[in-house]
Amino acid sequence: MAGFLLRRAVQALIVIVGVILVVFLLSQLIPGGECKAVLGPKATMHNCVRFNRLNGFNQPVLRQFVEYLKGLIWPFWHPNLGYSYKFNEGVTSVIAQRLPKTLVLVGTSTIISLMVAIPLGILQVVRRNHPVDYSVTGMAFVFYAMPTFLLGTLLIIWFSFDLGWFPSQPPSAQSAWAVFTDPQAFVLPIITLSAVTVASFSRYMRSSMMDSMAGDYIRTARAKGSSQRRVLYGHALRNALIPILTLIGLSLPAIVSGAVITETVFNYPGMGQLTVYAAGNSDIPLVLGTTLVATVATVVGSLLADVLYAMADPRIRFGAL
Amino acid sequence: MVDAFHEDPVFGTEARSTPVPLGFEAISPVEAMPEGGEAVSGGGIWIQIFRVFAENKLAVAGLIIVVGMVLFCFVGPFIYHTNQTDQQALLVTPHALTNAPPGTGHPLGTDGTGFDILGRLMYGGQTSLTVGFVSALVATVVGVTFGAISGFFGGWGDAFMMRVVDVLLSIPVIFFLIALVTIFQHVTTTLLIAIIAFVSWLIPARLIRGETLSLRTREYVQAVRVAGGSRKRIVGRHIVPNAVGTIVVFATFQVADSILLLAALGYLGFGVPAPSTDWGTMLSNGSQTAGNGWWWQIYPAGLCIVLVVIAFNFIGDALRDALEVRLQRR
Repeated sequence: MAGFLLRRAVQALIVIVGVILVVFLLSQLIPGGECKAVLGPKATMHNCVRFNRLNGFNQPVLRQFVEYLKGLIWPFWHPNLGYSYKFNEGVTSVIAQRLPKTLVLVGTSTIISLMVAIPLGILQVVRRNHPVDYSVTGMAFVFYAMPTFLLGTLLIIWFSFDLGWFPSQPPSAQSAWAVFTDPQAFVLPIITLSAVTVASFSRYMRSSMMDSMAGDYIRTARAKGSSQRRVLYGHALRNALIPILTLIGLSLPAIVSGAVITETVFNYPGMGQLTVYAAGNSDIPLVLGTTLVATVATVVGSLLADVLYAMADPRIRFGAL
Repeated sequence: MVDAFHEDPVFGTEARSTPVPLGFEAISPVEAMPEGGEAVSGGGIWIQIFRVFAENKLAVAGLIIVVGMVLFCFVGPFIYHTNQTDQQALLVTPHALTNAPPGTGHPLGTDGTGFDILGRLMYGGQTSLTVGFVSALVATVVGVTFGAISGFFGGWGDAFMMRVVDVLLSIPVIFFLIALVTIFQHVTTTLLIAIIAFVSWLIPARLIRGETLSLRTREYVQAVRVAGGSRKRIVGRHIVPNAVGTIVVFATFQVADSILLLAALGYLGFGVPAPSTDWGTMLSNGSQTAGNGWWWQIYPAGLCIVLVVIAFNFIGDALRDALEVRLQRR
């Protein structure tokens, strides 16, 4: 297991370094340079030269990258991600206020998705080729094709404006833990963010369970005279759950993308809404900062999912893989 | 019990547990096939593939929806004339209506600027469909080329090229798109196509690389190599054509995904600039006034997106079954 985890950690580290490089290269791609983006398209040559000198943008690219990397690594608890010209504040501190909210949203949604999708997948296997199976499949198709923002908007119209059951946006001033203190306000955003995930997880769960049911050990269990219940939950389910754990890691980028949309629809002040706001105001350092932080958080999240996977799968736990 | 397990992870009816030979001969079990089902009986592989495809009612429905939508968007404006470009028209036309409900003169009402919604659906659909098709095409071509080269040459180059894919794939796609839009500032249809293609070529690159790795050890590829075929010829004439099933299926799903990505960008306010529009931008504008109950500004555009995306997913599923491709979505 140690070998597996070490390999995964090195992999994650390489990806993180790569992402830092990509984000740095993106900042070099700005047409006209960062100066035009900050000072405006009509900035004079004189002011641009001055701006570049003050900010070190006149240095060779490699030197700039080394400086950028240094700023990110030390101090690691407060990396230097640049300066947000819109907020007139360091990018890191702007993000620090927003990151916990997104983490809570994504985390809650992922857990709820699993709690809904796994039983749904099992139900479909138990009631295979019955109306229940078909209707869940049909729903999955629809939610798969439904853009997140459309679902969010419809939920707001139906359950907030028409029926008045839930507020149309979570209270924005509260802390990241508002999801526990004021759960009602989070019902709609979490349904919105979870719908696609539930659709894909339940499909995967269904086929994973089907695969598992085709295994030799299931025949053995049946031959021993185990009850259907025991075969399903004692043998098939436990094996079917393992691929789902890898799926969480693979789905994280998509869930984080969905969070951007969900936060915008519900006006929830997390990283996604911040990014959209920053992009709307051409605050490039902030956009690149949130992109980097969101990616690193995703990579770390996937790594954690793999740690769970390694602990759950005895073949890895005992070093067979 | 046995044939109950013919399911692909996400949407599909394809044998996963039972080892099916990968290749066109595996199509034979379908009912429409003649008895015996030899690989090339009854008029060639493509006709057989077409038959398997036509058997699938959902896929035929999907195809009808797509063709209908293309006609609606690109031919419709010739039949149903509306002014979709001139915002000034409102100022000079005294009886022009904004936010008018469906009714006389405007079958689906008008939007906040006074544009006719039905005409706008056609106009916006042109953007959505064009961006969807073209960016899927570009992404597929770039990804296939990259993946085939990477897989065929192997070694350090392959390792490096695949790490590049890993890195780009780990960036959540919406963040990536927003960052690219912000950097290039002036959003045009071409830029949107380029950006969406840029975040979408990674999956086919990975798929084709895997396919190439397994294909390049096949006997016929070895034979070409022994016969002195150049590497370019092996990749171009032997490996890529044999991966065509995977490529076609991916491209079909990618059209749906590209349309969704464009819609998301449009919703976030980074779609094509006014007076041009796309379905996502229309939805965005409509949902800003969702509290007013102007449903005609939301439902039609939403329905168009969902219909087209479901249609492409149906077609992709059927193609996957017809071409016997093992492809996991997302």
